[in-house]
Amino acid sequence: MPELLKVLVIDDEPGMRTGITRALRDCIIDLPDIGQQVCFEVSQSGTAEKGYEIIQQSQPNILLLDHKLPGMTGLELLKKLELKNSDMLVIMITAYASVDTAVEATKNGAYDFLAKPFTPAELKNMLQKASGRLMFQRQARKLAEEKKRLRFEFISVLTHELKSPLAAVEGYLNIMKNRDLGDNTSAYDHIIDRSLIRLEGMKKLIFDLLDLTRIESKQKKREITQVEINLLSQHCIETANVEAQKRGIVIKADIEKGIIFPSDANEIEIILNNLLSNAVKYNRDNGRVDMAIKHDSEKLIIKVSDTGIGMTEEESAKLFNDFVRIKNAKTHKILGSGLGLSVVKKLALLYNGSVSVESQPDVGSTFTVELGKVL
Amino acid sequence: MLKKVLIVDDDPDFLDQMEIMMQKDFDLIRATNQKEAEKLLETVTVDAAVLDLMMESADAGFALAYHIKKKNPATPVIIITSVMSETGMDFEAKTPEEHSWIKADAILSKPIRYEQLKHEIQRLMEEKNA
Ligand SMILES: Nc1ncnc2c1ncn2[C@@H]1O[C@H](COP(=O)(O)OP(=O)(O)OP(=O)(O)O)[C@@H](O)[C@H]1O
Ligand SMILES: [Mg+2]
Repeated sequence: MPELLKVLVIDDEPGMRTGITRALRDCIIDLPDIGQQVCFEVSQSGTAEKGYEIIQQSQPNILLLDHKLPGMTGLELLKKLELKNSDMLVIMITAYASVDTAVEATKNGAYDFLAKPFTPAELKNMLQKASGRLMFQRQARKLAEEKKRLRFEFISVLTHELKSPLAAVEGYLNIMKNRDLGDNTSAYDHIIDRSLIRLEGMKKLIFDLLDLTRIESKQKKREITQVEINLLSQHCIETANVEAQKRGIVIKADIEKGIIFPSDANEIEIILNNLLSNAVKYNRDNGRVDMAIKHDSEKLIIKVSDTGIGMTEEESAKLFNDFVRIKNAKTHKILGSGLGLSVVKKLALLYNGSVSVESQPDVGSTFTVELGKVL
Repeated sequence: MLKKVLIVDDDPDFLDQMEIMMQKDFDLIRATNQKEAEKLLETVTVDAAVLDLMMESADAGFALAYHIKKKNPATPVIIITSVMSETGMDFEAKTPEEHSWIKADAILSKPIRYEQLKHEIQRLMEEKNA
């Protein structure tokens, strides 16, 4: 469906007005750059005064304005309109190209000039340019609004995620304060442990959040070096092993020898840590984790498989978004903020890369991250 | 015999705390989400229910309340929420017209004062029995 744009012609020559109206009637213009089409609804006026009224009433998108008019001139109208706060694009129609008028008109917000006489093709060309600009502005505005909405949503979920552990710890502290479990201090061991675990989770959330803002704000200078993947992944496995060993989970690595990958070591570490931590966290006791890393035609391919709880297709579809956690009986005791994988995805995009998952409930999951050249 | 009270919250620590504070007074049955609770309710009849508002969806508590009331309108339902302070939204289950869609007999906010919660459960059960 072509987008309808309102065009107003102000010119004292009736022939010019009908000519333009006729040229634009039933005409559809393609805007290939933004994949849209526009068509026009034309209204007209012979004087600036009447034109001004029409503008106030119907707020046209594009104004074709003659300079030499019987009463108020085109330029005077332009000044009166104070275009700064409006989206209307003004194209001046001038018979003689006086530089002074042109400069003055531009100063007052005119978008472009069309020299009389012009052909219908020239008119359409000009309108194509102007419509492109208008539609682009519209899209930019929509995008900005969407961004604002997402920001708000992010903040409300974040508040919730930060408040839950706080409320849990607060509840436990109150139980301790009121000695609700009696005077035997060992009765409180469990709730102290739980409080510490919740605080740990909160800390993780805050760190994830810092990673996320660092990626998004692009403030931190990325340090691209020739990263030795073997060394780095060894380090990440050691970190993951702490949790894994407690639950009898074995981590096996199959890493191509001697890979040197130009990247920010910190970013690769965050990716590996998140994938490994998930593979351990969502595994069964005495399960297994396999990490394979290959270097293939400039691409780094990381695969992390586990023998854990897995997930349904429906669940895996939304996994890489902020704060998405799968809530069911299998996951509810496992803490997390649901930011890990969205951080991984955002980092992968910085390498022109991708993340994907294959999974089967109660069998296991395989996460694959492909990284290309640093962007 | 203690009265059976269903408690549903997606935060396991919150369920643990309710258990610590109220197991003397009620026979507590716990669930961590709407689905689990609905499944439980197929086989168990409860005397009252205490539900968290935000679980798998932002209004899972309301949906569950509706489900419970549809089975037995006399079952007292209390919804617990921290939504009020977070969003400035205010749910007060007071006027009859609000009752028609909220389907909860009382709405309390976190952090929970257990004395108040106990009192509220008991009051509602008496009211419904009368
Ligand atoms: N290896 C896995 N096996 C099964 N489910 C997984 C696996 N990895 C992630 N998930 C599911 O995807 C969800 C999102 O994972 P993500 O890493 O983004 O968050 P998280 O682990 O909950 O929290 P954190 O931000 O602390 O990592 C998890 O909550 C879990 O339900
Ligand atoms: Mg994770």
